[in-house]
Amino acid sequence: MNAEILINSAYILASILFIIGLKMLGRQGTARRGNLLSGVGMLIAIVVTLLDQQVIEYQWIIVGLVAGTVIGLACARSVAMTAMPEMVALLNGFGGLASLIVGAAEFLRIRGGTVVPEDPVFTATVTYLTILIGGITFTGSIYALCKLAEWLSGRAITFGGQHIVNGLMLIATLVAGVVYVVAGDPQTVLLAFAVFTVLSLVLGWTLVMPIGGGDMPVVISMLNSLSGIAACAAGFIIRNNVLVVAGCLVGTSGLILTAIMCKAMNRSLAHVLFSGFGSAPPAATAGGEGVIQGELKPISAEDTFAVLEAARQVVIIPGYGMAVSQAQHIVRELAEMLERNGAEVRFAIHPVAGRMPGHMNVLLAEASVPYEQLVEMDAVNPVMPTMDVAIVIGANDVVNPAATSDKSSPIYGMPIINAHEARTVICLKRGKGTGFSGLENQLFLLPNTRMLYGDAKASLQGVVAEFKSLGV
Amino acid sequence: MELILLFFIFTLAGFLGFELIAKVPSQLHTPLMSGSNAVSGITIVGAIIAAGADDGSWVTTVLGTAAVTLAMINVIGGYFVTDRMLGMFKKKDGPAKKESSS
Repeated sequence: MNAEILINSAYILASILFIIGLKMLGRQGTARRGNLLSGVGMLIAIVVTLLDQQVIEYQWIIVGLVAGTVIGLACARSVAMTAMPEMVALLNGFGGLASLIVGAAEFLRIRGGTVVPEDPVFTATVTYLTILIGGITFTGSIYALCKLAEWLSGRAITFGGQHIVNGLMLIATLVAGVVYVVAGDPQTVLLAFAVFTVLSLVLGWTLVMPIGGGDMPVVISMLNSLSGIAACAAGFIIRNNVLVVAGCLVGTSGLILTAIMCKAMNRSLAHVLFSGFGSAPPAATAGGEGVIQGELKPISAEDTFAVLEAARQVVIIPGYGMAVSQAQHIVRELAEMLERNGAEVRFAIHPVAGRMPGHMNVLLAEASVPYEQLVEMDAVNPVMPTMDVAIVIGANDVVNPAATSDKSSPIYGMPIINAHEARTVICLKRGKGTGFSGLENQLFLLPNTRMLYGDAKASLQGVVAEFKSLGV
Repeated sequence: MELILLFFIFTLAGFLGFELIAKVPSQLHTPLMSGSNAVSGITIVGAIIAAGADDGSWVTTVLGTAAVTLAMINVIGGYFVTDRMLGMFKKKDGPAKKESSS
């Protein structure tokens, strides 16, 4: 009994640390300490769980803890900042799989008779939910990882009857779940368990399939939320309060982040998940209302230098292309040169630029860009007409004016950074052709836009070299 | 009764989660996500019980050990990568150290 009181008191302490940690993580000045506090909470939770009366063998736990620590540390230290979305997706996937396994292990222990649940129907229901959510989180995250790392096509993959297939699978998991909960025959229970375990793993894969790379910020934050909910459901199986509290906190905070991402694209979650957005280039809308006609006008590094050299107000708008070409350091160098040349430089960050929430902020922080220089979309748009030059680095949809003017555009209504209002716009782009979402960007066709083709890093190095050769 | 209590704290924690994250600057979205991701590794508590309980069955031990390993990767990887990221956020002319601590 004493041990139980000790353990539960420690769990309360751990929960408090998680809550305070999350709160502090939301503010610039306290974020790092908040993360540390949350980590201390986790350490406390792990250590006191080792005292649980059910735990009698330690060797395998130690093996797991050591292996996990070594692998986790190696990943955390070696991962490049540009690969953060992949890292978060992978960790999410592991969390989901761990919850699934906890559910499966509890199922086997109950089946083996070593654990007798007080309320078998409830325990069976939450076991089902743990497996279902954990399974979807695991394979969904792994598929997202493959898309982010471009091991698989980042495009949305759609096929006829996709929703019907997914719908049928979802119904099948529900049926298997009901059978699992109500059936008494051990063979039937085992079969139902196997069926919904496999189906949940397949579902995670097929549900992420029709979601395009540009929508990854939403998917990543939603999977993050799901991994919390899976842990929470596992907490209901073993009746553990710290699992329920921590899992639920992650679940709801992830949900908020998901909602923020959807709002930043002016789309509903359902639209993101099921519309197959970005599967194929939509039909040309030329001639339609609000469509800008024009041609792409290339610019050389020398001319770019000439434009920038004269500029006094410069805004840099980074996108996923900056991450791909690892151009963040040279971007910072260029910004410093412009400032030495007397210009004021801002970085305008769209909430969904990149492949996860806050992706661009992390990259620019890595390159030592002070965060006071980063401005959010709503702050930069009002001053955009006063900007001499807007440099768009590998961003596409988030600066496409079709979102405000072309009602037939699939991204119509999405809030954008109004780069087109700057006097001159210089767009860095790998080559001609449409970007990730498959849309032709109206910005590139405007009379005041110039295209600087090539790898962003190489292009910027060219511009910086021009500055250097003139001793600026 | 125990179950009702669990639902009670579940509901409260849900509302708390909403309140905590409602106004976070977009600057911090990534660290917030990887930090809360680490918290979801709390499932390690269930994994430890599964791995350490003696059921006379090697299957649950194997499953438990796998779950402990995966959850521990989630926990350690999540916290350390978040710390590494937050170490990079700095003010202008702040200490110019880079990834010095971890």
